[in-house]
Amino acid sequence: MNHGLILPILLPFIAGIALLLLGETPSVRWRLDPRRLSLSSVALLLPVALLLLARASTGTYATYALGHWPAPFGILLVLDRCSALLLLLVALVALAALLHALATGSDRRGRWFHALFQFQLMGLNGAFLAGDLFNLFVFFEILLIASYGLLLHGGGAARLRAGLHYVILNLAGSALFLIAIATLYGTTGALNFADLAQRIATAPTETAGLLRAGALLLLVVFGLKAAILPLYCWLPAAYASSSAPVAALFALLTKVGVYAILRITTLLFGSDAGPAAQVLAPWLLPLGLTTLLAGALGMLASAELRRLLAYGVIVSIGTLLIGLGLDSSAGLGAALVYLVHTTLIGAGMFLLADLIAAQRGHLDHRPAAPLVQPALLGGLFLAGAIAMAGLPPLSGFFGKLLLLRAATDSATLPWIWGGILGSGLLVIIALSRSGSALFWLPATAATVNTASAPIRQWLPAAALLAAAPLLILFGQPLLDFATATAQQLREPAGYIHAVLGDPAVATVVLP
Amino acid sequence: MNLLLAALIGLLTACGVFLLLRARTFSVALGLMLLSYAVNLLLLASGRLVLQQPPVLEAGRAHFADPIPQALVLTAIVIGFGMTAFLIVLALRARAVLGSDHVDGVEPGPSGSASPGETPARG
Repeated sequence: MNHGLILPILLPFIAGIALLLLGETPSVRWRLDPRRLSLSSVALLLPVALLLLARASTGTYATYALGHWPAPFGILLVLDRCSALLLLLVALVALAALLHALATGSDRRGRWFHALFQFQLMGLNGAFLAGDLFNLFVFFEILLIASYGLLLHGGGAARLRAGLHYVILNLAGSALFLIAIATLYGTTGALNFADLAQRIATAPTETAGLLRAGALLLLVVFGLKAAILPLYCWLPAAYASSSAPVAALFALLTKVGVYAILRITTLLFGSDAGPAAQVLAPWLLPLGLTTLLAGALGMLASAELRRLLAYGVIVSIGTLLIGLGLDSSAGLGAALVYLVHTTLIGAGMFLLADLIAAQRGHLDHRPAAPLVQPALLGGLFLAGAIAMAGLPPLSGFFGKLLLLRAATDSATLPWIWGGILGSGLLVIIALSRSGSALFWLPATAATVNTASAPIRQWLPAAALLAAAPLLILFGQPLLDFATATAQQLREPAGYIHAVLGDPAVATVVLP
Repeated sequence: MNLLLAALIGLLTACGVFLLLRARTFSVALGLMLLSYAVNLLLLASGRLVLQQPPVLEAGRAHFADPIPQALVLTAIVIGFGMTAFLIVLALRARAVLGSDHVDGVEPGPSGSASPGETPARG
């Protein structure tokens, strides 16, 4: 048994508890600065994630049974290519966000930033590793309750207002999640993903209705986290009002919803799921297209950069759903490439927006104090905007091109091409208008901040935005990995075999 | 017994959803609590109602109570309790800072920007 698999959960967990016990001021007695402890924990996550990625890229599944309880009964962590990729993304974004918070001092604007940050990472990593539905719920709750605290970090009326909506919506979502779990458990008697997949595949046809209801309830719950069309209204206010490192980390929160949708559509309700086969797949493409359009229109209507970027998150969710909705290895692979791109660039843009706001005073599209470093910030903004809009030569173009190519032999080609290219045009207009307003409007006489941002403040944002050229330069290895991941995801038999071993496992029949 | 439980879950859910759709944070918190009670009962019921049987697996035992839903309910109760406590604190804080217990943080004014169905001056 390899204990490395639980490190991404244990590391932030222990660091978070230690941070709570140590308090917030540097401890003289233990010679320990809480900020340094927090940073070391996040920095350690990166090599752990890389090792796990190297391990998963061989194509094998790694499982870790807590307390050595055998598979369908105990708590199980499962690592495959997809979860390893997401663990690495968490580590990268978290490191950049934390460095930004430390450099700009935004972690000092409220209490317990670092402890909440660590618990948030624990929840994210746990959600990506969870091998059963109920632990997915538990890790969702961990990351949500940490995100409530982080969202409110720094205080203020706008944050409270957005926070109240966010908390109420997510509590209602948790209730729905539990209803879905109870429905699926009551019908099949299993919670472990592999066990559940097997039992759904062989379920009697009279339970089809319940299984479908459970599946669609799960789609609603994960759609709420991922901010899919009718359920996205909480996102712009929440992301626009939170502090910059938190918003960067939240770029990952929506991806948890997408990951969960990906997991259940491929593993539980795939093509060989018996009476509930393909119950979710027909929904994904229309939902993705409408979400994409709503996000692009929202970007066009935003008169403030943070809100515009928040709608950009919705655009990326729509694009990802289209990739999932294509229901082919090529579509799934394209979505995974796009996922890497959009997570890094989205987080980088939120950090960059904070730097611009520090010099301009605000991010509204109207005159403001002059920028101290217009060339640096403008250059970074240009690179990020080109990547976000999906123009060549940066990474957004690569992801979108793969998606367009994956759609060529699909009957829905006009919809997908029209949706992606049309929304791309809207995004270009929105971003160029925002950039012109932020960088070219005549400055007011008032100066907010005459000090230029030192390198330690802009480096985290620049490092995340550097993903745009890097993902193109290393496009082939990334594409190979994404294609292999997509193929692995589309063969649930391998997952089931890795978790349960031989099919002759003791089964419990409900009375 | 099954009918009674199902009716109870349905009643709790209906009351919970009704309160959840109100515009005051207190009603919303109450609604979420009722909803979580309903969900907990549903979780318990997902293992079927079994009376006077041990929650263990033994060779040759034909009747037993499913222990997993009980464990799930315990976890769900703990999480729900923590979340509700957080929501109540947040609602109180929002009431103090924003000066209103409306979920939007502002009283619906004559312009009718927020929830026209709610009268502004309610206890």
